Amino acid sequence: MRELVILSGKGGTGKTSITSAFASLAKNKVLCDADVDAADLHLILNPDFGQAHDFRGGHEAVIDQDKCVQCGRCIEVCRFDAVQDNFVIDPIECEGCGVCVDLCPEQAIDFPEVVSGQWYISDTRFGPMVHARLGIAQENSGKLVSLVRQEAKKLAEAKGLDLILTDGPPGIGCPVIASIGQATALLIIAEPTVSGLHDMDRVAELARHFNLPAMVCINKYDLNPEQTEKIRASARKNNIEIVGQIPFDPDFTRAMVQEQTIFEYNPDSQLCAQIKGIWDTILSLPCFRHPVANNIMQKLQE
Amino acid sequence: MIISVASGKGGTGKTTVSTNLARCIDREVQLLDCDIEEPNAHLFLNPVFTGKEKVNAPVPEIDLKKCTFCKKCMEICRYGAIAVLKDQVMTFENLCHSCGGCFEICPENAVSEKERSLGEIEHGSSGKIEFIHGRLDIGQVMAPPVIKKVRSYTNPDLVTIIDAPPGTSCPVIAAMSNTDFVLLVTEPTPFGLHDLKLAVETVRALNLAHGLVINRAGLGNDEVKKYAEKQNLPVLMEIPFDRKIAQVYSKGLMIVDELPEYREKFRELFNSIENMVNRGGQVK
Repeated sequence: MRELVILSGKGGTGKTSITSAFASLAKNKVLCDADVDAADLHLILNPDFGQAHDFRGGHEAVIDQDKCVQCGRCIEVCRFDAVQDNFVIDPIECEGCGVCVDLCPEQAIDFPEVVSGQWYISDTRFGPMVHARLGIAQENSGKLVSLVRQEAKKLAEAKGLDLILTDGPPGIGCPVIASIGQATALLIIAEPTVSGLHDMDRVAELARHFNLPAMVCINKYDLNPEQTEKIRASARKNNIEIVGQIPFDPDFTRAMVQEQTIFEYNPDSQLCAQIKGIWDTILSLPCFRHPVANNIMQKLQE
Repeated sequence: MIISVASGKGGTGKTTVSTNLARCIDREVQLLDCDIEEPNAHLFLNPVFTGKEKVNAPVPEIDLKKCTFCKKCMEICRYGAIAVLKDQVMTFENLCHSCGGCFEICPENAVSEKERSLGEIEHGSSGKIEFIHGRLDIGQVMAPPVIKKVRSYTNPDLVTIIDAPPGTSCPVIAAMSNTDFVLLVTEPTPFGLHDLKLAVETVRALNLAHGLVINRAGLGNDEVKKYAEKQNLPVLMEIPFDRKIAQVYSKGLMIVDELPEYREKFRELFNSIENMVNRGGQVK
């Protein structure tokens, strides 16, 4: 089983458009959208939201006003300033740590489990897909990302599919780290801008930190050839394989408007030939053909 | 007045809008870059940094001489960050949320707190703009405390512009809660619209005044505008889809320096925001 996770650091560099293009090309795979915060892959792949499940990611403290004697112990112990002066807990500030619940001398604080999102196993015209939707202003996006990826893996095993194609979240923090544990390789989509380079370097450092092989694909490379050269130089320096580059092409947006992948929108284009070349390169790379087992939890617990 | 610049989708132009806005307004202003996972505003404003501050979070340290292995600390910890064995206690700093539960509950006072690093704040100035940003350490997951630290530099005597991270979950909430106005930046594409809807739900859940900037106008379709009209969302500025602007951005340059006609537009944007804030968030 291999899993390719598509990341970028910076948002809006083309992760989802390129993931959906690969969805058109890859065989025997499960698709996985690990951007649970602002998921977009479904806008192109049009999954049927077949099996829906609640995500119970944590608990939320609620003060029972009938039992509360307003002693102030909860205000004292809460490190997240979630207990307001009127002894009502602000659900947005509440971290769900339960310290107030355990330490309330009157046992006046309930701790119900909250449904903080949904996750789905769907069918798409490109095969099965696991995806999710975190509720508005909810915590624990990392937990939901881990769940989605575990379910994608289970599904692949059950169906005898040997590839998971994962569209990752932007950034380098909690959801990204949850999206890369035990990945076979990371594909970084970089754009040739000063921000694109800066953010790619941070993702590359993250990959190195967790000992995961990374490759880079430069999107919109013709926007700024000088920055493209800098991205190439940085990739070489960091031992990151450059799998190819894609020109700026409004066809990506046109395809998106039609809810199509670029291969459905304009299959005979030069652009599609280039993306096909990139996909073949990825499949041929040793780090992808001969995956090394990786355990990110070990690294986290060090 | 605190203005946060946010978006559901990444790469819609938050940093472009917040830096150019900060550069144009005729007020004393500070810019807080709260996208601490991928801070970019400094690449455009080139601030001179004058100081640094580490952001730490407390994590438990167990004194085995006092510990009776009663497991109370392990039981109160909801994050699996403490494992009490027969004659040993293991702590996993990266899983710790610094809630202090173990420290509070230990009957033997065997838990003390030590600091671990989450990130770093740098502060300085870019021309007349006071500049502050944070950087999350690589491999670190706890973003909100670093964002809150950046926001602790808010000076109520200045206009504060916050460059927020993308998304709709905890880091975004930390960046935009208790701000006077949220400027949502979107692009007129299906992805832009979908994520804008999530962002609008988020600002409404937080009950914050908000308005819209449409970046790359002319790309994609008209659905964002239709949505804005239907939802009564004021479109305060449109930046056209223009390869020239994309190239200016790609070099780390400011739109208002390279295309001076935008100075007035950003000033008008600020005036619209100020008017809305003065009216309690309502459009006239």
